[in-house]
Amino acid sequence: MIRDITIGQFYPGESGVHRLDPRLKLILTIAFIVSLFVVRDFLGYGVVVLALGAVVAASRVPLGFILRGLKAIFIIIIFTFTMNMFMTAGEVLFRIGVLTVTKEGLYNAVFMGLRLVFLIIGSSLLTLTTKPIKLTDGIESLLKPLKGLGVPAHELAMMMTIALRFIPTLLEETDKIMKAQMARGADFETGSIFRRARSLVPILVPLFISAFRIAQDLAMAMEARCYRGGDGRTKLHELKFRRRDAVAVLLACVYFALLIGERFLPAWIFKGYF
Amino acid sequence: MSIVVKNLRHVYGEGTPYESVALDDVSLEIADGEFVSIIGHTGSGKSTLVQHLNGILKPKSGEVLVGGVNIAAKGVNLPEVRRKIGLLFQYPEYQLFEETLYKDIAFGPTNLGLSADAVDSRVREAMALTGLDFDALSERSPFELSGGQKRKAAIAGVLAMGPEALVLDEPTAGLDPRSHRDILAMIRRIREERGITIILISHNMGDVAEVSDRVYVMDGGRIAFFGTPAQVFANKARLKQSGLGLPPTLELAELLRAGGADIEGDPLTLDEAVELIDAYLERRGA
Ligand SMILES: Nc1ncnc2c1ncn2[C@@H]1O[C@H](COP(=O)(O)OP(=O)(O)OP(=O)(O)O)[C@@H](O)[C@H]1O
Ligand SMILES: [Mg+2]
Repeated sequence: MIRDITIGQFYPGESGVHRLDPRLKLILTIAFIVSLFVVRDFLGYGVVVLALGAVVAASRVPLGFILRGLKAIFIIIIFTFTMNMFMTAGEVLFRIGVLTVTKEGLYNAVFMGLRLVFLIIGSSLLTLTTKPIKLTDGIESLLKPLKGLGVPAHELAMMMTIALRFIPTLLEETDKIMKAQMARGADFETGSIFRRARSLVPILVPLFISAFRIAQDLAMAMEARCYRGGDGRTKLHELKFRRRDAVAVLLACVYFALLIGERFLPAWIFKGYF
Repeated sequence: MSIVVKNLRHVYGEGTPYESVALDDVSLEIADGEFVSIIGHTGSGKSTLVQHLNGILKPKSGEVLVGGVNIAAKGVNLPEVRRKIGLLFQYPEYQLFEETLYKDIAFGPTNLGLSADAVDSRVREAMALTGLDFDALSERSPFELSGGQKRKAAIAGVLAMGPEALVLDEPTAGLDPRSHRDILAMIRRIREERGITIILISHNMGDVAEVSDRVYVMDGGRIAFFGTPAQVFANKARLKQSGLGLPPTLELAELLRAGGADIEGDPLTLDEAVELIDAYLERRGA
Protein backbone atom coordinates (compact mmCIF):
# COMPACT_ATOMS: atom_id res chain seq x y z
CA MET A 1 0.00 0.00 0.00
CA ILE A 2 2.21 2.77 1.31
CA ARG A 3 5.18 1.39 -0.60
CA ASP A 4 3.77 2.39 -3.98
CA ILE A 5 5.23 5.88 -3.68
CA THR A 6 7.92 6.18 -6.33
CA ILE A 7 8.93 9.84 -6.06
CA GLY A 8 12.61 10.13 -5.23
CA GLN A 9 13.16 6.44 -5.89
CA PHE A 10 16.15 4.94 -7.66
CA TYR A 11 15.63 2.64 -10.65
CA PRO A 12 18.66 0.35 -10.89
CA GLY A 13 20.28 0.20 -14.30
CA GLU A 14 23.52 0.42 -16.24
CA SER A 15 22.56 2.92 -18.94
CA GLY A 16 24.71 5.83 -20.03
CA VAL A 17 22.47 8.20 -18.12
CA HIS A 18 22.95 6.17 -14.94
CA ARG A 19 26.70 6.37 -15.32
CA LEU A 20 26.99 10.11 -15.91
CA ASP A 21 28.86 12.13 -13.31
CA PRO A 22 26.31 13.01 -10.61
CA ARG A 23 27.66 16.58 -10.39
CA LEU A 24 26.91 17.07 -14.04
CA LYS A 25 23.46 15.55 -13.69
CA LEU A 26 22.70 17.89 -10.80
CA ILE A 27 23.77 20.97 -12.75
CA LEU A 28 21.97 19.87 -15.90
CA THR A 29 18.77 19.19 -13.96
CA ILE A 30 18.84 22.66 -12.45
CA ALA A 31 19.57 24.14 -15.87
CA PHE A 32 16.70 22.13 -17.31
CA ILE A 33 14.29 23.46 -14.71
CA VAL A 34 15.40 27.03 -15.44
CA SER A 35 15.01 26.38 -19.17
CA LEU A 36 11.35 25.49 -18.64
CA PHE A 37 10.76 29.07 -17.58
CA VAL A 38 12.42 30.44 -20.70
CA VAL A 39 9.93 28.70 -22.97
CA ARG A 40 7.07 30.91 -24.06
CA ASP A 41 5.10 28.85 -26.57
CA PHE A 42 4.23 25.32 -27.58
CA LEU A 43 6.95 25.14 -30.22
CA GLY A 44 9.44 25.51 -27.37
CA TYR A 45 7.71 22.68 -25.54
CA GLY A 46 8.24 20.60 -28.66
CA VAL A 47 11.99 20.94 -28.09
CA VAL A 48 11.55 20.09 -24.40
CA VAL A 49 9.53 16.96 -25.20
CA LEU A 50 12.14 15.81 -27.71
CA ALA A 51 14.95 16.30 -25.22
CA LEU A 52 13.09 14.64 -22.34
CA GLY A 53 12.03 11.77 -24.58
CA ALA A 54 15.63 11.23 -25.69
CA VAL A 55 16.89 11.15 -22.08
CA VAL A 56 14.10 8.80 -20.94
CA ALA A 57 14.83 6.47 -23.85
CA ALA A 58 18.57 6.54 -23.13
CA SER A 59 18.02 5.88 -19.41
CA ARG A 60 15.98 2.72 -20.16
CA VAL A 61 13.66 3.46 -17.24
CA PRO A 62 10.17 2.31 -18.30
CA LEU A 63 7.94 5.29 -19.07
CA GLY A 64 5.16 3.76 -16.96
CA PHE A 65 7.43 3.82 -13.94
CA ILE A 66 8.22 7.53 -14.44
CA LEU A 67 4.58 8.44 -14.98
CA ARG A 68 3.61 6.63 -11.79
CA GLY A 69 5.56 9.31 -9.92
CA LEU A 70 3.18 11.89 -11.41
CA LYS A 71 0.23 10.23 -9.70
CA ALA A 72 1.44 11.43 -6.31
CA ILE A 73 1.28 15.08 -7.39
CA PHE A 74 -1.81 14.70 -9.55
CA ILE A 75 -3.80 16.93 -7.17
CA ILE A 76 -1.27 19.75 -7.50
CA ILE A 77 -1.38 19.54 -11.29
CA ILE A 78 -5.18 19.59 -11.33
CA PHE A 79 -5.16 22.52 -8.90
CA THR A 80 -2.76 24.55 -11.06
CA PHE A 81 -4.75 23.69 -14.14
CA THR A 82 -8.13 24.79 -12.75
CA MET A 83 -6.75 27.92 -11.09
CA ASN A 84 -5.26 29.07 -14.36
CA MET A 85 -8.32 28.13 -16.35
CA PHE A 86 -10.75 30.16 -14.28
CA MET A 87 -8.59 33.04 -13.12
CA THR A 88 -7.28 34.47 -16.37
CA ALA A 89 -9.02 37.42 -17.98
CA GLY A 90 -9.58 37.55 -21.73
CA GLU A 91 -11.86 36.42 -24.54
CA VAL A 92 -14.72 34.41 -23.01
CA LEU A 93 -15.15 30.90 -24.40
CA PHE A 94 -17.96 29.58 -22.16
CA ARG A 95 -19.35 29.87 -18.66
CA ILE A 96 -20.04 27.32 -15.92
CA GLY A 97 -22.25 29.06 -13.34
CA VAL A 98 -20.33 32.05 -12.02
CA LEU A 99 -17.06 30.80 -13.50
CA THR A 100 -15.93 31.86 -16.93
CA VAL A 101 -13.41 30.09 -19.06
CA THR A 102 -11.42 32.32 -21.36
CA LYS A 103 -9.33 31.44 -24.36
CA GLU A 104 -6.24 32.79 -22.61
CA GLY A 105 -7.20 30.89 -19.47
CA LEU A 106 -7.38 27.57 -21.25
CA TYR A 107 -4.07 28.26 -22.97
CA ASN A 108 -2.43 29.20 -19.68
CA ALA A 109 -3.89 26.17 -17.92
CA VAL A 110 -2.52 23.73 -20.45
CA PHE A 111 0.78 25.60 -20.57
CA MET A 112 1.29 25.70 -16.81
CA GLY A 113 0.06 22.12 -16.35
CA LEU A 114 2.59 20.89 -18.90
CA ARG A 115 5.36 22.92 -17.26
CA LEU A 116 4.69 21.17 -13.97
CA VAL A 117 4.64 17.76 -15.62
CA PHE A 118 7.97 18.41 -17.37
CA LEU A 119 9.43 19.74 -14.15
CA ILE A 120 8.51 16.61 -12.23
CA ILE A 121 9.64 14.23 -14.96
CA GLY A 122 12.94 16.08 -15.34
CA SER A 123 13.75 16.09 -11.67
CA SER A 124 12.58 12.53 -11.03
CA LEU A 125 14.88 11.42 -13.86
CA LEU A 126 17.75 12.65 -11.71
CA THR A 127 16.80 10.52 -8.71
CA LEU A 128 15.67 7.57 -10.83
CA THR A 129 19.05 7.27 -12.51
CA THR A 130 21.36 8.29 -9.65
CA LYS A 131 22.05 6.21 -6.56
CA PRO A 132 21.35 8.27 -3.43
CA ILE A 133 24.97 7.80 -2.37
CA LYS A 134 26.26 9.22 -5.64
CA LEU A 135 23.78 12.05 -5.51
CA THR A 136 25.00 13.18 -2.11
CA ASP A 137 28.60 12.69 -3.22
CA GLY A 138 27.79 15.05 -6.06
CA ILE A 139 26.19 17.59 -3.75
CA GLU A 140 29.12 17.43 -1.35
CA SER A 141 31.56 17.97 -4.15
CA LEU A 142 29.59 20.92 -5.54
CA LEU A 143 29.32 22.50 -2.09
CA LYS A 144 33.01 22.07 -1.29
CA PRO A 145 34.09 25.47 -2.69
CA LEU A 146 31.72 27.05 -0.14
CA LYS A 147 33.55 25.42 2.76
CA GLY A 148 35.61 28.58 3.18
CA LEU A 149 32.37 30.45 3.87
CA GLY A 150 31.58 28.04 6.70
CA VAL A 151 29.23 25.70 4.80
CA PRO A 152 29.66 22.23 6.37
CA ALA A 153 29.59 20.41 3.03
CA HIS A 154 30.44 16.95 4.28
CA GLU A 155 28.07 17.06 7.23
CA LEU A 156 25.19 18.27 5.04
CA ALA A 157 25.86 15.52 2.54
CA MET A 158 26.08 12.88 5.27
CA MET A 159 22.80 14.03 6.75
CA MET A 160 21.19 13.81 3.37
CA THR A 161 22.62 10.36 2.70
CA ILE A 162 21.26 9.10 5.99
CA ALA A 163 17.85 10.68 5.45
CA LEU A 164 17.57 9.18 1.97
CA ARG A 165 18.81 5.83 3.18
CA PHE A 166 16.14 5.63 5.86
CA ILE A 167 13.11 6.65 3.80
CA PRO A 168 12.48 3.08 2.63
CA THR A 169 13.21 1.71 6.09
CA LEU A 170 10.67 4.00 7.68
CA LEU A 171 8.10 3.24 5.00
CA GLU A 172 8.65 -0.44 5.71
CA GLU A 173 8.24 0.17 9.44
CA THR A 174 5.02 2.11 8.83
CA ASP A 175 3.69 -0.68 6.66
CA LYS A 176 4.48 -3.26 9.32
CA ILE A 177 2.92 -1.24 12.15
CA MET A 178 -0.21 -0.49 10.12
CA LYS A 179 -0.68 -4.17 9.42
CA ALA A 180 -0.24 -5.14 13.06
CA GLN A 181 -2.77 -2.54 14.22
CA MET A 182 -5.21 -3.56 11.48
CA ALA A 183 -5.01 -7.10 12.83
CA ARG A 184 -6.19 -5.63 16.14
CA GLY A 185 -9.20 -4.08 14.47
CA ALA A 186 -7.81 -0.58 13.83
CA ASP A 187 -9.60 1.30 11.07
CA PHE A 188 -7.78 4.06 9.20
CA GLU A 189 -10.24 4.69 6.43
CA THR A 190 -13.66 5.56 7.80
CA GLY A 191 -15.06 8.15 10.20
CA SER A 192 -14.78 11.92 10.57
CA ILE A 193 -11.51 13.81 10.08
CA PHE A 194 -11.13 13.98 13.85
CA ARG A 195 -11.58 10.23 14.23
CA ARG A 196 -9.17 9.54 11.42
CA ALA A 197 -6.52 11.81 12.92
CA ARG A 198 -6.92 9.99 16.22
CA SER A 199 -6.60 6.65 14.48
CA LEU A 200 -3.05 7.66 13.47
CA VAL A 201 -1.83 7.61 17.08
CA PRO A 202 -1.38 3.80 17.13
CA ILE A 203 0.87 4.19 14.07
CA LEU A 204 2.79 7.32 14.98
CA VAL A 205 3.81 6.36 18.52
CA PRO A 206 5.48 3.07 17.50
CA LEU A 207 6.93 4.76 14.41
CA PHE A 208 8.61 7.51 16.46
CA ILE A 209 9.92 4.98 18.90
CA SER A 210 11.48 2.88 16.18
CA ALA A 211 12.85 5.97 14.41
CA PHE A 212 14.66 7.01 17.59
CA ARG A 213 15.90 3.48 18.15
CA ILE A 214 17.20 3.26 14.59
CA ALA A 215 18.90 6.66 14.93
CA GLN A 216 20.56 5.63 18.15
CA ASP A 217 21.73 2.29 16.77
CA LEU A 218 23.13 4.03 13.71
CA ALA A 219 24.98 6.65 15.76
CA MET A 220 26.47 3.91 17.89
CA ALA A 221 27.50 1.84 14.87
CA MET A 222 29.14 4.89 13.26
CA GLU A 223 31.04 5.76 16.42
CA ALA A 224 32.13 2.16 16.84
CA ARG A 225 33.74 2.51 13.42
CA CYS A 226 35.45 5.74 14.42
CA TYR A 227 33.44 8.19 12.36
CA ARG A 228 34.44 11.75 13.29
CA GLY A 229 33.15 13.91 10.48
CA GLY A 230 34.61 14.92 7.15
CA ASP A 231 38.22 15.95 7.83
CA GLY A 232 40.72 13.63 6.24
CA ARG A 233 38.14 11.23 4.83
CA THR A 234 38.84 9.73 1.45
CA LYS A 235 36.33 8.33 -1.00
CA LEU A 236 35.91 4.76 -2.21
CA HIS A 237 34.50 6.02 -5.50
CA GLU A 238 36.19 9.20 -6.73
CA LEU A 239 34.06 11.30 -9.02
CA LYS A 240 35.64 11.68 -12.46
CA PHE A 241 34.60 13.67 -15.45
CA ARG A 242 34.70 11.30 -18.44
CA ARG A 243 34.17 11.41 -22.18
CA ARG A 244 30.56 10.36 -21.73
CA ASP A 245 30.05 13.49 -19.60
CA ALA A 246 31.59 15.72 -22.26
CA VAL A 247 29.15 14.29 -24.80
CA ALA A 248 26.28 15.02 -22.43
CA VAL A 249 27.45 18.62 -22.04
CA LEU A 250 27.57 18.99 -25.81
CA LEU A 251 24.05 17.62 -26.26
CA ALA A 252 22.80 19.87 -23.48
CA CYS A 253 24.36 22.87 -25.27
CA VAL A 254 22.46 21.98 -28.43
CA TYR A 255 19.24 21.81 -26.41
CA PHE A 256 19.77 25.19 -24.78
CA ALA A 257 20.81 26.76 -28.08
CA LEU A 258 17.60 25.51 -29.70
CA LEU A 259 15.45 26.82 -26.85
CA ILE A 260 17.12 30.22 -26.73
CA GLY A 261 17.02 30.47 -30.49
CA GLU A 262 13.34 29.62 -30.52
CA ARG A 263 12.63 32.24 -27.91
CA PHE A 264 14.75 35.21 -29.03
CA LEU A 265 15.37 34.98 -32.77
CA PRO A 266 12.79 36.73 -34.91
CA ALA A 267 10.02 34.26 -35.55
CA TRP A 268 10.37 34.16 -39.32
CA ILE A 269 14.04 33.13 -39.31
CA PHE A 270 13.57 30.25 -36.94
CA LYS A 271 10.19 29.01 -37.93
CA GLY A 272 11.20 28.95 -41.57
CA TYR A 273 13.03 25.73 -40.88
CA PHE A 274 10.04 23.86 -39.47
CA MET B 1 -12.63 -22.10 12.50
CA SER B 2 -11.48 -24.15 9.53
CA ILE B 3 -9.02 -22.46 7.20
CA VAL B 4 -8.52 -23.46 3.58
CA VAL B 5 -6.03 -21.90 1.19
CA LYS B 6 -6.24 -22.65 -2.52
CA ASN B 7 -3.50 -22.00 -5.08
CA LEU B 8 -2.37 -18.81 -3.41
CA ARG B 9 0.14 -16.62 -5.21
CA HIS B 10 1.63 -13.39 -3.94
CA VAL B 11 4.06 -11.01 -5.62
CA TYR B 12 5.75 -8.17 -3.74
CA GLY B 13 6.48 -4.89 -5.53
CA GLU B 14 4.78 -5.89 -8.74
CA GLY B 15 5.81 -3.78 -11.71
CA THR B 16 8.92 -2.40 -10.00
CA PRO B 17 12.49 -3.58 -10.50
CA TYR B 18 12.30 -5.11 -7.02
CA GLU B 19 9.48 -7.51 -7.94
CA SER B 20 9.68 -10.85 -6.12
CA VAL B 21 7.38 -13.83 -5.99
CA ALA B 22 6.87 -14.66 -2.31
CA LEU B 23 4.17 -17.33 -2.64
CA ASP B 24 3.59 -19.60 -5.58
CA ASP B 25 0.64 -21.99 -5.80
CA VAL B 26 0.30 -22.59 -2.06
CA SER B 27 -2.61 -24.77 -0.92
CA LEU B 28 -3.41 -26.02 2.55
CA GLU B 29 -6.33 -27.24 4.59
CA ILE B 30 -6.67 -26.81 8.33
CA ALA B 31 -9.61 -28.36 10.15
CA ASP B 32 -11.48 -26.70 12.99
CA GLY B 33 -9.59 -27.17 16.26
CA GLU B 34 -6.43 -28.48 14.61
CA PHE B 35 -2.93 -27.46 15.73
CA VAL B 36 -0.81 -26.94 12.63
CA SER B 37 2.79 -25.77 12.42
CA ILE B 38 4.46 -24.14 9.45
CA ILE B 39 8.22 -24.50 9.16
CA GLY B 40 10.67 -23.38 6.50
CA HIS B 41 13.98 -21.58 6.31
CA THR B 42 14.19 -17.80 6.39
CA GLY B 43 12.52 -16.07 3.43
CA SER B 44 10.47 -19.12 2.43
CA GLY B 45 7.21 -17.16 2.64
CA LYS B 46 5.74 -18.19 5.99
CA SER B 47 4.93 -14.69 7.24
CA THR B 48 3.57 -13.71 3.84
CA LEU B 49 1.31 -16.75 3.86
CA VAL B 50 -0.21 -16.13 7.28
CA GLN B 51 -0.86 -12.44 6.53
CA HIS B 52 -3.29 -13.64 3.87
CA LEU B 53 -5.35 -15.59 6.37
CA ASN B 54 -7.09 -12.51 7.77
CA GLY B 55 -7.03 -10.36 4.65
CA ILE B 56 -4.12 -8.07 5.65
CA LEU B 57 -2.46 -9.00 2.36
CA LYS B 58 -4.45 -9.53 -0.82
CA PRO B 59 -3.52 -12.49 -2.99
CA LYS B 60 -2.48 -11.97 -6.60
CA SER B 61 -4.45 -15.10 -7.40
CA GLY B 62 -5.99 -17.97 -5.48
CA GLU B 63 -8.32 -17.82 -2.51
CA VAL B 64 -8.58 -18.05 1.24
CA LEU B 65 -11.64 -19.64 2.86
CA VAL B 66 -12.26 -19.01 6.54
CA GLY B 67 -15.06 -21.16 7.98
CA GLY B 68 -15.99 -21.98 4.38
CA VAL B 69 -16.35 -18.33 3.30
CA ASN B 70 -14.06 -16.75 0.71
CA ILE B 71 -12.72 -13.66 2.48
CA ALA B 72 -12.16 -11.80 -0.80
CA ALA B 73 -15.83 -12.13 -1.74
CA LYS B 74 -18.04 -9.03 -1.89
CA GLY B 75 -19.90 -8.22 1.30
CA VAL B 76 -17.49 -10.05 3.59
CA ASN B 77 -16.93 -8.11 6.78
CA LEU B 78 -13.12 -7.92 6.97
CA PRO B 79 -12.96 -6.53 10.53
CA GLU B 80 -15.02 -9.53 11.59
CA VAL B 81 -12.60 -11.87 9.79
CA ARG B 82 -9.73 -10.14 11.60
CA ARG B 83 -11.47 -10.69 14.93
CA LYS B 84 -12.01 -14.39 14.21
CA ILE B 85 -8.43 -14.97 13.11
CA GLY B 86 -6.15 -13.51 15.76
CA LEU B 87 -2.81 -12.84 14.08
CA LEU B 88 0.32 -12.29 16.13
CA PHE B 89 3.05 -10.77 13.97
CA GLN B 90 6.72 -11.69 14.07
CA TYR B 91 8.46 -9.56 16.77
CA PRO B 92 5.14 -7.97 17.78
CA GLU B 93 6.59 -5.70 20.51
CA TYR B 94 6.60 -2.70 18.16
CA GLN B 95 2.80 -2.62 18.06
CA LEU B 96 2.55 -1.43 21.69
CA PHE B 97 1.69 2.25 21.86
CA GLU B 98 -0.64 3.14 24.74
CA GLU B 99 0.21 4.86 28.01
CA THR B 100 -0.66 1.83 30.09
CA LEU B 101 -0.60 -1.88 29.48
CA TYR B 102 -4.30 -2.05 30.29
CA LYS B 103 -5.21 0.46 27.57
CA ASP B 104 -2.97 -1.28 25.08
CA ILE B 105 -4.58 -4.68 25.57
CA ALA B 106 -7.98 -2.96 25.48
CA PHE B 107 -7.21 -1.47 22.04
CA GLY B 108 -8.50 -4.49 20.10
CA PRO B 109 -11.74 -5.14 22.01
CA THR B 110 -12.47 -1.38 22.06
CA ASN B 111 -12.15 -1.32 18.29
CA LEU B 112 -14.74 -4.09 18.20
CA GLY B 113 -17.17 -1.69 19.85
CA LEU B 114 -17.61 -3.68 23.06
CA SER B 115 -18.94 -2.06 26.24
CA ALA B 116 -16.46 -0.92 28.90
CA ASP B 117 -17.43 -3.85 31.13
CA ALA B 118 -16.95 -6.40 28.38
CA VAL B 119 -13.59 -4.83 27.49
CA ASP B 120 -12.53 -4.98 31.13
CA SER B 121 -13.31 -8.67 31.45
CA ARG B 122 -11.55 -9.38 28.14
CA VAL B 123 -8.41 -7.60 29.33
CA ARG B 124 -8.36 -9.42 32.68
CA GLU B 125 -8.91 -12.76 30.98
CA ALA B 126 -6.18 -12.16 28.40
CA MET B 127 -3.69 -11.07 31.07
CA ALA B 128 -4.50 -14.13 33.17
CA LEU B 129 -4.04 -16.44 30.16
CA THR B 130 -0.67 -14.93 29.27
CA GLY B 131 0.49 -14.96 32.88
CA LEU B 132 0.74 -11.18 33.27
CA ASP B 133 -0.02 -10.05 36.83
CA PHE B 134 -3.01 -7.69 36.57
CA ASP B 135 -2.44 -5.76 39.80
CA ALA B 136 1.26 -5.27 39.32
CA LEU B 137 1.36 -4.50 35.60
CA SER B 138 -1.92 -3.17 34.25
CA GLU B 139 -1.12 0.47 35.05
CA ARG B 140 2.52 0.29 33.97
CA SER B 141 3.68 1.75 30.66
CA PRO B 142 4.13 -1.06 28.12
CA PHE B 143 7.54 0.42 27.27
CA GLU B 144 8.84 -0.25 30.78
CA LEU B 145 8.29 -4.01 30.51
CA SER B 146 11.01 -6.55 29.83
CA GLY B 147 11.32 -8.12 26.38
CA GLY B 148 9.49 -11.29 27.39
CA GLN B 149 6.73 -9.32 29.13
CA LYS B 150 6.31 -7.12 26.05
CA ARG B 151 5.88 -10.23 23.93
CA LYS B 152 3.25 -11.56 26.34
CA ALA B 153 1.53 -8.19 26.30
CA ALA B 154 1.34 -8.27 22.51
CA ILE B 155 -0.10 -11.79 22.64
CA ALA B 156 -2.63 -10.66 25.24
CA GLY B 157 -3.62 -7.82 22.90
CA VAL B 158 -4.48 -10.40 20.23
CA LEU B 159 -6.22 -12.78 22.65
CA ALA B 160 -8.41 -9.97 23.95
CA MET B 161 -10.05 -9.82 20.52
CA GLY B 162 -11.64 -13.19 21.31
CA PRO B 163 -10.28 -15.01 18.25
CA GLU B 164 -11.66 -18.34 17.04
CA ALA B 165 -8.34 -19.23 15.48
CA LEU B 166 -4.91 -18.09 16.58
CA VAL B 167 -2.05 -17.55 14.15
CA LEU B 168 1.32 -17.08 15.83
CA ASP B 169 4.32 -15.95 13.78
CA GLU B 170 7.42 -17.07 15.70
CA PRO B 171 6.01 -16.19 19.13
CA THR B 172 9.14 -17.38 20.97
CA ALA B 173 11.85 -15.97 18.68
CA GLY B 174 14.66 -14.25 20.56
CA LEU B 175 13.36 -15.00 24.05
CA ASP B 176 15.21 -16.44 27.04
CA PRO B 177 14.54 -20.13 27.87
CA ARG B 178 12.16 -19.28 30.69
CA SER B 179 9.94 -16.93 28.65
CA HIS B 180 10.12 -19.44 25.83
CA ARG B 181 8.75 -22.18 28.10
CA ASP B 182 6.11 -19.82 29.51
CA ILE B 183 4.80 -18.90 26.09
CA LEU B 184 4.76 -22.47 24.85
CA ALA B 185 2.89 -23.56 27.98
CA MET B 186 0.46 -20.70 27.43
CA ILE B 187 -0.23 -21.77 23.84
CA ARG B 188 -1.00 -25.29 25.05
CA ARG B 189 -3.26 -23.93 27.78
CA ILE B 190 -5.24 -21.83 25.30
CA ARG B 191 -5.61 -24.86 23.12
CA GLU B 192 -6.84 -27.03 25.98
CA GLU B 193 -9.19 -24.45 27.49
CA ARG B 194 -10.66 -23.07 24.29
CA GLY B 195 -10.11 -25.78 21.72
CA ILE B 196 -9.50 -23.18 19.00
CA THR B 197 -7.55 -23.70 15.80
CA ILE B 198 -3.89 -22.78 16.19
CA ILE B 199 -1.32 -22.14 13.49
CA LEU B 200 2.25 -21.82 14.69
CA ILE B 201 5.25 -20.64 12.73
CA SER B 202 8.46 -21.68 14.41
CA HIS B 203 12.13 -22.35 13.79
CA ASN B 204 12.26 -24.54 16.89
CA MET B 205 11.86 -28.11 15.62
CA GLY B 206 11.58 -29.44 19.16
CA ASP B 207 8.50 -27.29 19.85
CA VAL B 208 6.97 -28.17 16.51
CA ALA B 209 7.42 -31.92 17.02
CA GLU B 210 5.99 -31.67 20.49
CA VAL B 211 2.87 -29.59 20.03
CA SER B 212 1.52 -29.96 16.49
CA ASP B 213 -1.05 -32.28 14.97
CA ARG B 214 0.31 -31.61 11.50
CA VAL B 215 3.28 -29.83 9.97
CA TYR B 216 3.61 -27.98 6.65
CA VAL B 217 7.11 -27.46 5.26
CA MET B 218 7.64 -24.38 3.08
CA ASP B 219 10.49 -23.87 0.65
CA GLY B 220 10.96 -20.99 -1.80
CA GLY B 221 7.36 -19.81 -1.63
CA ARG B 222 5.87 -23.28 -2.07
CA ILE B 223 4.65 -26.05 0.21
CA ALA B 224 7.40 -28.65 -0.10
CA PHE B 225 5.60 -31.41 1.81
CA PHE B 226 3.42 -31.96 4.86
CA GLY B 227 2.12 -34.59 7.27
CA THR B 228 2.05 -35.54 10.93
CA PRO B 229 5.21 -34.61 12.88
CA ALA B 230 6.27 -38.28 12.79
CA GLN B 231 5.90 -38.39 8.98
CA VAL B 232 7.59 -35.06 8.36
CA PHE B 233 10.54 -35.64 10.67
CA ALA B 234 11.04 -39.17 9.35
CA ASN B 235 12.09 -37.58 6.08
CA LYS B 236 15.49 -36.24 7.01
CA ALA B 237 16.80 -35.97 3.45
CA ARG B 238 13.90 -33.81 2.31
CA LEU B 239 14.08 -31.62 5.37
CA LYS B 240 17.75 -31.05 4.72
CA GLN B 241 16.95 -30.14 1.13
CA SER B 242 14.64 -27.43 2.46
CA GLY B 243 17.36 -26.18 4.80
CA LEU B 244 15.84 -27.63 7.96
CA GLY B 245 16.99 -30.01 10.66
CA LEU B 246 15.54 -32.53 13.12
CA PRO B 247 14.13 -31.98 16.61
CA PRO B 248 16.84 -32.49 19.27
CA THR B 249 15.17 -35.67 20.57
CA LEU B 250 15.43 -37.31 17.15
CA GLU B 251 19.04 -36.12 16.76
CA LEU B 252 19.83 -37.64 20.14
CA ALA B 253 18.23 -40.98 19.23
CA GLU B 254 20.18 -40.96 15.98
CA LEU B 255 23.47 -40.21 17.75
CA LEU B 256 22.85 -42.92 20.31
CA ARG B 257 22.12 -45.42 17.57
CA ALA B 258 25.27 -44.37 15.73
CA GLY B 259 27.15 -45.01 18.97
CA GLY B 260 25.82 -48.57 19.10
CA ALA B 261 22.80 -48.21 21.40
CA ASP B 262 19.74 -49.76 19.77
CA ILE B 263 17.08 -47.21 20.65
CA GLU B 264 13.81 -48.49 19.23
CA GLY B 265 11.56 -45.81 17.80
CA ASP B 266 11.69 -42.10 16.99
CA PRO B 267 10.99 -39.91 20.02
CA LEU B 268 9.25 -36.61 19.16
CA THR B 269 9.00 -35.31 22.71
CA LEU B 270 11.33 -35.23 25.66
CA ASP B 271 9.10 -37.65 27.58
CA GLU B 272 9.15 -40.15 24.75
CA ALA B 273 12.92 -39.89 24.53
CA VAL B 274 13.30 -40.54 28.26
CA GLU B 275 11.02 -43.56 27.97
CA LEU B 276 12.89 -45.04 25.02
CA ILE B 277 16.27 -44.57 26.68
CA ASP B 278 14.97 -46.09 29.90
CA ALA B 279 13.64 -49.05 27.97
CA TYR B 280 17.01 -49.46 26.26
CA LEU B 281 18.89 -49.30 29.57
CA GLU B 282 16.56 -51.86 31.09
CA ARG B 283 17.02 -54.20 28.16
CA ARG B 284 20.77 -53.86 28.38
CA GLY B 285 20.80 -54.32 32.14
CA ALA B 286 18.69 -57.46 31.85
N1 LIG C 1 7.00 -6.17 2.60
C1 LIG C 1 7.78 -6.81 1.72
N2 LIG C 1 8.14 -6.22 0.56
C2 LIG C 1 8.90 -6.86 -0.35
N3 LIG C 1 9.34 -8.11 -0.21
C3 LIG C 1 9.02 -8.76 0.92
C4 LIG C 1 8.22 -8.14 1.95
N4 LIG C 1 8.07 -9.02 2.96
C5 LIG C 1 8.73 -10.13 2.58
N5 LIG C 1 9.30 -9.99 1.36
C6 LIG C 1 10.06 -11.02 0.63
O1 LIG C 1 9.22 -12.15 0.45
C7 LIG C 1 9.90 -13.35 0.72
C8 LIG C 1 9.20 -14.12 1.83
O2 LIG C 1 9.26 -13.39 3.03
P1 LIG C 1 8.57 -13.84 4.39
O3 LIG C 1 8.70 -12.72 5.35
O4 LIG C 1 7.22 -14.36 4.10
O5 LIG C 1 9.53 -15.05 4.83
P2 LIG C 1 9.53 -15.92 6.17
O6 LIG C 1 9.37 -17.33 5.72
O7 LIG C 1 8.53 -15.38 7.12
O8 LIG C 1 10.99 -15.70 6.72
P3 LIG C 1 11.52 -15.58 8.25
O9 LIG C 1 11.68 -16.98 8.75
O10 LIG C 1 12.84 -14.90 8.09
O11 LIG C 1 10.53 -14.77 9.00
C9 LIG C 1 11.32 -12.95 1.09
O12 LIG C 1 12.12 -13.15 -0.07
C10 LIG C 1 11.25 -11.50 1.44
O13 LIG C 1 12.42 -10.84 1.06
MG1 LIG D 1 8.61 -14.47 8.94
